Amino acid sequence: MALLEVKNLKVTFPTDDGLVQAVRGVSFSVDRGKTLGIVGESGSGKSVSTQTIMGLTRGAQVEGEAFFQGEDLLKMARRQLQAIRGRDVGMIFQDPLSSLHPYYRVGWQIVELIRAHDRAISKKAARQRAVELLRLVGIPRPDVRVNDYPHQFSGGMRQRAMIAMAMALNPALLIADEPTTALDVTVQAQVLRVIGRLQEEFGTAVIMITHDLGVIAETADDVVVMYAGAVMEAADRDSIFYDHHHPYTEGLMRSLPAYGDDRQRLTPIGGTPPSLITLPSGCKFHPRCPYVMDRCRAEEPELEPVEQRYWHTSACWLPHSGPGRQEASERVYGEAATR
Amino acid sequence: MSGDVIIRATDVVKHFPVQSSGLRRSRDVVHAVDGVSLEVKQGETLGIVGETGCGKSTLARCVARLYDLTAGRVEFEGHDISRLRTRRLGKVRREMQMIFQDPYGSLNPKRRVGSIIGDPFAIHGMASGQERKRRVQEMMELVGLNPEHYNRFPAEFSGGQRQRIGVARALALKPKVVICDEPVSALDVSIQAQVLNLLSDLQKQLNLTYIFISHDLSVVRHVSDRVMLMYLGKVVESGPSGQIYARPRHPYAGALLSAVPLPDPKMMRQRQRVILAGDIPSPIHPPAACRFHPRCPKAQARCAEEEPALVARLGDPADHTAACHFPLAEGENLAEARPTLAEELRVVEPEAVPDGAELGYDGLAERSNP
Repeated sequence: MALLEVKNLKVTFPTDDGLVQAVRGVSFSVDRGKTLGIVGESGSGKSVSTQTIMGLTRGAQVEGEAFFQGEDLLKMARRQLQAIRGRDVGMIFQDPLSSLHPYYRVGWQIVELIRAHDRAISKKAARQRAVELLRLVGIPRPDVRVNDYPHQFSGGMRQRAMIAMAMALNPALLIADEPTTALDVTVQAQVLRVIGRLQEEFGTAVIMITHDLGVIAETADDVVVMYAGAVMEAADRDSIFYDHHHPYTEGLMRSLPAYGDDRQRLTPIGGTPPSLITLPSGCKFHPRCPYVMDRCRAEEPELEPVEQRYWHTSACWLPHSGPGRQEASERVYGEAATR
Repeated sequence: MSGDVIIRATDVVKHFPVQSSGLRRSRDVVHAVDGVSLEVKQGETLGIVGETGCGKSTLARCVARLYDLTAGRVEFEGHDISRLRTRRLGKVRREMQMIFQDPYGSLNPKRRVGSIIGDPFAIHGMASGQERKRRVQEMMELVGLNPEHYNRFPAEFSGGQRQRIGVARALALKPKVVICDEPVSALDVSIQAQVLNLLSDLQKQLNLTYIFISHDLSVVRHVSDRVMLMYLGKVVESGPSGQIYARPRHPYAGALLSAVPLPDPKMMRQRQRVILAGDIPSPIHPPAACRFHPRCPKAQARCAEEEPALVARLGDPADHTAACHFPLAEGENLAEARPTLAEELRVVEPEAVPDGAELGYDGLAERSNP
């Protein structure tokens, strides 16, 4: 059984301008010890999905189910969910400075988190645990730095302190929402390494939310590609990179300045993402899709298996098996779809 | 297509005084750029790449004379512009324009797009009335905006379109040089490709010279003829972009390239990653001699005593230079000294190591801040 299984999640926000359809029927699951990558551009609903599951979206209308260790998070009482957040599910966000309280010492904040979930742990024991955690994520002289304020840490150290905090109670699941977007390349490598090693050591499941396909390639076992609040394609990592089916996934790959390529012209996806208030008819990607057909404008496709592989699904009207998909790609781009 | 040298900077130095706090006056300075020379030829793209705080933006702003230099010299088309004052500088500015990173912060939200793009004409007292409107609409068309949107506000445009507005404004006066400071960093991948293509089309069409600044190594590789890699205010390696990416000489270049996550799982599995210990040291008190030595996996005693010169190695093209006493050999693997998992997670206790001696590559161990 999957550790977390989200089924048909819908999230809408009523606003003065109309109903914002942030997430429109998203399903995914994560197994113990595995990493699920959720990739998408701004407004694709990738962050809203996980925040909603954890009860962090206020004023939203939520439908669907999210089973975590057999219990539906969306039907849980607030207190019960509060107990799970932090203890069973750790979270890391993009901006570590705004997630750490500037007024309190880093160590104090970790101690507080530990004791909020278990008052039986003495302050002294909790503090020892905080030092140990900071050491684990590679903070130098953790016994001294535990008394620092967040502003005394560098960006990379703050992000690692956040990871220490998220891992404090040995959660079964870690949700990392753009954990390295604000960081430099070398620091990003350090942070990803820490997450990976902790995962190996403790068997934590990770949901890695990012717009960076490089981070996905490095960390994810399975990948979900989101666009306009829905899943466009879901598969194991290698299928997403080398055997993708959905034109949006293909467009994302083609628009990257491939490393190792010289100054070739890029192939961007034309147009801009749709407004989540006035979504296009049919397939939400159709106004930007180079393969668009009449059917795409009228009917929204559902996720269907590609080549009868149950773990690889794509929401697109192009043929799901046989040579039809490849032929379409050759027609549009003058070459095969996959590298 | 590249021809004569259009910009030449020699030993540019830029220091910023550190703000004094309270009664204590500080004499410390931030060594943002410390003796950097560069040459840009007509029609080419020079990429400047490096991590936060390496001085890449400051250097570009010195070249554009948005900052006064602390020392050094900048020539534009053979004329020294490093001491020019306001009025004469205005003429140079017309030829050298900038595009900024943030398409939200760099456009005044209360002004109409037409008037924003028309600003350069207003500032330089060129083209007014109908003539200005005509030329602004020409620019809008050039960058792929609908000229009929002349009277709209920035908020009515998406991020990518706003960046096009920035490009139109920069090109309004037909400059020769455009300095692009992280022009695509704030954009989504699919939009980023649109803007990169636009910049490259315009370069060909108008024979523009670009100085392209970015922290994104794959973007810089994609757009640049030549690349300069900076670390803590100095150039560590410089050369034709193909050369640097294929055969980096400086250990920092090697480590940085190995750390970039590639959107290609197969390549990622084959690649040996080097994870540098620690953070970039403070630019107020940069390390002596080679500034990279405290984090360098190859550092030896000489690196802390003698500053390496930026020179070409035997067998490399003359314009591929690196500032290192112990440059990487062809195919040398920096990651060979890779520690085991246990070593990596159990950080070296600083007490056990004399201060300043943590030169070795020790994974996540971090050099303590002074």
